[in-house]
Amino acid sequence: MNEQGRPTAPTITDTTSRDRTFTGNRGLQIEEPLLFEVGRHDVTGVDLPEAPKTRSRLGKHARTTPIDLPGLSEPETLRHYVRLSQKNYAIDSGIYPLGSCTMKHNPRLNERMARLPGFGDIHPLQPLSTVPGAIALIAELGRWLLAMTGMASVAMSPKAGAHGEACGMMAIKTALAARGEKRTTVLVPESAHGTNPATAALLGFKVVAIPADQDGTVRPEAVKARLDGNVAAIMLTNPNTCGLFERDIMAIAEAVHAAGALFYADGANFNAIVGKVKPGDLGVDAMHINLHKTFSTPHGGGGPGAGPVVFSDRLAAYAPVPFVRLTADGAEFVETRRQAGDTAAPFGRITAFHGQMGMFVRAMSYMLAHGADGMRQASEDAVLNANYIRAGLADLMSQPFGDRPCMHEALFDDAFLEGTGVTTLDFAKAMIDEGFHPMTMYFPLVVHGAMLIEPTESESKASLDLFVATLRDLVLRAKRGEEARFHAAPTLAPRRRLDETRAARQPKLRWEKPEPYVEAAE
Amino acid sequence: MRFLPHSDADRQAMLAKIGVAAIDDLFADIPADKRLGGPLDLPTTQSDIEVERILGRMAARNVAAGSVPFFVGAGAYRHHVPASVDHLIQRSEFLTSYTPYQPEVSQGTLQYLFEFQTQVANLTAMEVANASMYDGSTATAEAVLMAHRLTKRRKAVLSGGLHPHYRGVVETVSRLAEDAVVLLPPDPNAGEAIAAAIDDDTSCVVVQSPSFYGHLVDLRAIAEKVHAVGALLIAVFTEVVALAAIEPPGAQGADIVVGEGQGIGNALSFGGPYVGLFATRQRFIRQMPGRLCGETVDADGRRGFVLTLSTREQHIRRDKATSNICTNSGLCCLAFTVHMTLLGETGLTRLAALNHANAVKLADALSAVPDVSVLNDTFFNEFTIRVPGDAAGVVERLAARGVLGGVPVSRLEPDRPELGDLIVVAATEVNTDEDRAQYAAALAEVLAPAK
Repeated sequence: MNEQGRPTAPTITDTTSRDRTFTGNRGLQIEEPLLFEVGRHDVTGVDLPEAPKTRSRLGKHARTTPIDLPGLSEPETLRHYVRLSQKNYAIDSGIYPLGSCTMKHNPRLNERMARLPGFGDIHPLQPLSTVPGAIALIAELGRWLLAMTGMASVAMSPKAGAHGEACGMMAIKTALAARGEKRTTVLVPESAHGTNPATAALLGFKVVAIPADQDGTVRPEAVKARLDGNVAAIMLTNPNTCGLFERDIMAIAEAVHAAGALFYADGANFNAIVGKVKPGDLGVDAMHINLHKTFSTPHGGGGPGAGPVVFSDRLAAYAPVPFVRLTADGAEFVETRRQAGDTAAPFGRITAFHGQMGMFVRAMSYMLAHGADGMRQASEDAVLNANYIRAGLADLMSQPFGDRPCMHEALFDDAFLEGTGVTTLDFAKAMIDEGFHPMTMYFPLVVHGAMLIEPTESESKASLDLFVATLRDLVLRAKRGEEARFHAAPTLAPRRRLDETRAARQPKLRWEKPEPYVEAAE
Repeated sequence: MRFLPHSDADRQAMLAKIGVAAIDDLFADIPADKRLGGPLDLPTTQSDIEVERILGRMAARNVAAGSVPFFVGAGAYRHHVPASVDHLIQRSEFLTSYTPYQPEVSQGTLQYLFEFQTQVANLTAMEVANASMYDGSTATAEAVLMAHRLTKRRKAVLSGGLHPHYRGVVETVSRLAEDAVVLLPPDPNAGEAIAAAIDDDTSCVVVQSPSFYGHLVDLRAIAEKVHAVGALLIAVFTEVVALAAIEPPGAQGADIVVGEGQGIGNALSFGGPYVGLFATRQRFIRQMPGRLCGETVDADGRRGFVLTLSTREQHIRRDKATSNICTNSGLCCLAFTVHMTLLGETGLTRLAALNHANAVKLADALSAVPDVSVLNDTFFNEFTIRVPGDAAGVVERLAARGVLGGVPVSRLEPDRPELGDLIVVAATEVNTDEDRAQYAAALAEVLAPAK
């Protein structure tokens, strides 16, 4: 068990129902060995010409040892990775209700656009005169982001949300230094994503936690009580990780600014409010936008993401290089501090090259396709869907902050499971057997046994109805005493529960050739 | 709207079930005077046909690398990616899944990450690798922070052969994290005396081989000096294919190896998304940043994989985490791993040999152009040439003649006029004899004194 009461090792239980087969396969579920167990060093799936004979310029540095990289022919490669793919749940298989992650539909048009040779096959350092369309796309995407957020400038290069947080906080630190101030603490609500405190700590700030109020939001008084001349910034997520809009945001922003501090907004949940309100109207000084959440660039099994950061007037001048400067005759691409001139004071550079161009094209494609009306409708449908789930489960499951509307995600705690012997983890694993990916579990940390459900706008009413009916059935089963079934779950997935404790205690992070079998001596 | 399944009747029925009259009742917590009354000042929805037309026109204004003789490298390389790589990474089950937090239904992602980690460890000759970083430059900054944690010192020494953008990223992070950083001057001639910059406060020394200018560096000699003062050697590469041709950093005493993996499996894509590779020694794993995939067993005793050692990570440790990183480059890892699987030892070795041979031929062709010299004694598939006068102008005039001939160093080092006549030039397996002849001819033309 960990601190949140989450079991980390499974209880071994016999599943006599499993049909044993000779191969270990079960119909379409096919067991697949590791590449290193089936690949051969003398097999390749790529035919290349023999290198022409030239003298070597490697000097004394030529490699003398084998690499140990087995290969597969093309048909074997396809089969290996297709079989692996069949062990994954995906948005395209069904509702993927991970709260805070925004698993919405990924339009395939976006994939096609990112692969146009004029976007996919251009080099970041080929002459700028040969890539005006790329600069125009970055400028246009920036323009859309600024129009949606009501902010003054944008840094496009952050590679993901947490990288965007670092970018925003670096700008804040630089702006304070420019004022001749060294402030040492950052306020972070207890409900925040872990990346917020981690980012603040990376930059040497001391993190001071702000408790959430009874209703799941931050009270201005709680912020004021911790504000002093040492506070550099507050990092606030809005809508917050409890799925609630911080309704006192204006008072909080005012207090923060009155104390000479700055307001960083974690934009992970921006998808709930696009076209409904502009963060720039709420006193925000910097906010990252996860293109892989709000603007549908695919999550890809964990990445890549993209996390552009928008800045208020207070911070605009400190945005890192590179950035696009709009000029009378088009757009100038500013790559170095020298080029930035007197009108900007970029705090530096946070990545090689220019950011996640492939994601920019996809996000632009999403925005053009949806338009202002479609994006607003998407936000409204996301909120509608979350509330529909909430309303469908409110009588059976427990809401930590009372029966009130939520934004794009519905949060439950584990009070409704009390006395059943079933934990949040058990409940989530039982959902897998029903063909669903579980919701986010045990986050936010401020809620015991949290279950955070974010359906997104991509789900139909029929899909939501089945999801709600399934969860209702599971709740009733838990309350009826079918504890054992929950503890055993999942039994129908490619794997049953995995032993996380063993993985951490005896870390095995790569394949190693097994010791050759030696027959015991007589 | 093709992306949104609800009809208006659905929406009305759902609002009724929720018990509110209108959708805006659900947004009541947003301060009323801040709520937008009308639509954003942006275009409205457009069909796929229109979107394709708009973006297609933008893309058509760019010169695609595949359409011209192409010799640009300097941290991103144009290699041939087999069609099956792109097919496999577009499988819905890979493309539209999340971080594998529910391992029972994510074994596909987890197993390829385990294969990726093993391939990276073997390539670099290190013991363990993580499940990727954003790119080579951010991986380098993370390696420096890790070295600071391990040595409890806070000064990094950066070689002048390190990619200028990587130097910029480490310098920025160090300055804002209030750590010390020593940037040795740019080293186009591979002549720097790095040992002189190392002292007892040094946490780590960061050296790139092949260097930004293409030189192959003897890491062994540096490792000895670094270790003598209790510091760590961070070895960097920007061209992963080079590792198949040169002695791997792990065999030369590197403590942390980081680099850019784009060259295998991933498109140029104007600089991203790419995939940062990160490898180190087993004894350092608890200070590693990023995700790690580990082998374990399930409740039936069958082998399976999980994300592990997550007590290092931000979602558990918050302000005590080893890094703030959350997202990795999952799909780019998959592209890397599939391409590497297709190549295997045989294919990768041949690919590296082909790259080297093409670069040697290119160096011969360019050094035959009057007034052009190659700076390098050694190189893999990239080297530096000196041209008379302003290199940026030369590259621009080459582009006007339809040849993308490399990166003028001044673009990345604008404050160093002494580097103004240098061009970093790369060759890969995609170049032909005609490409090289065209480059040499265009260069001769560009440099010829005006008649």
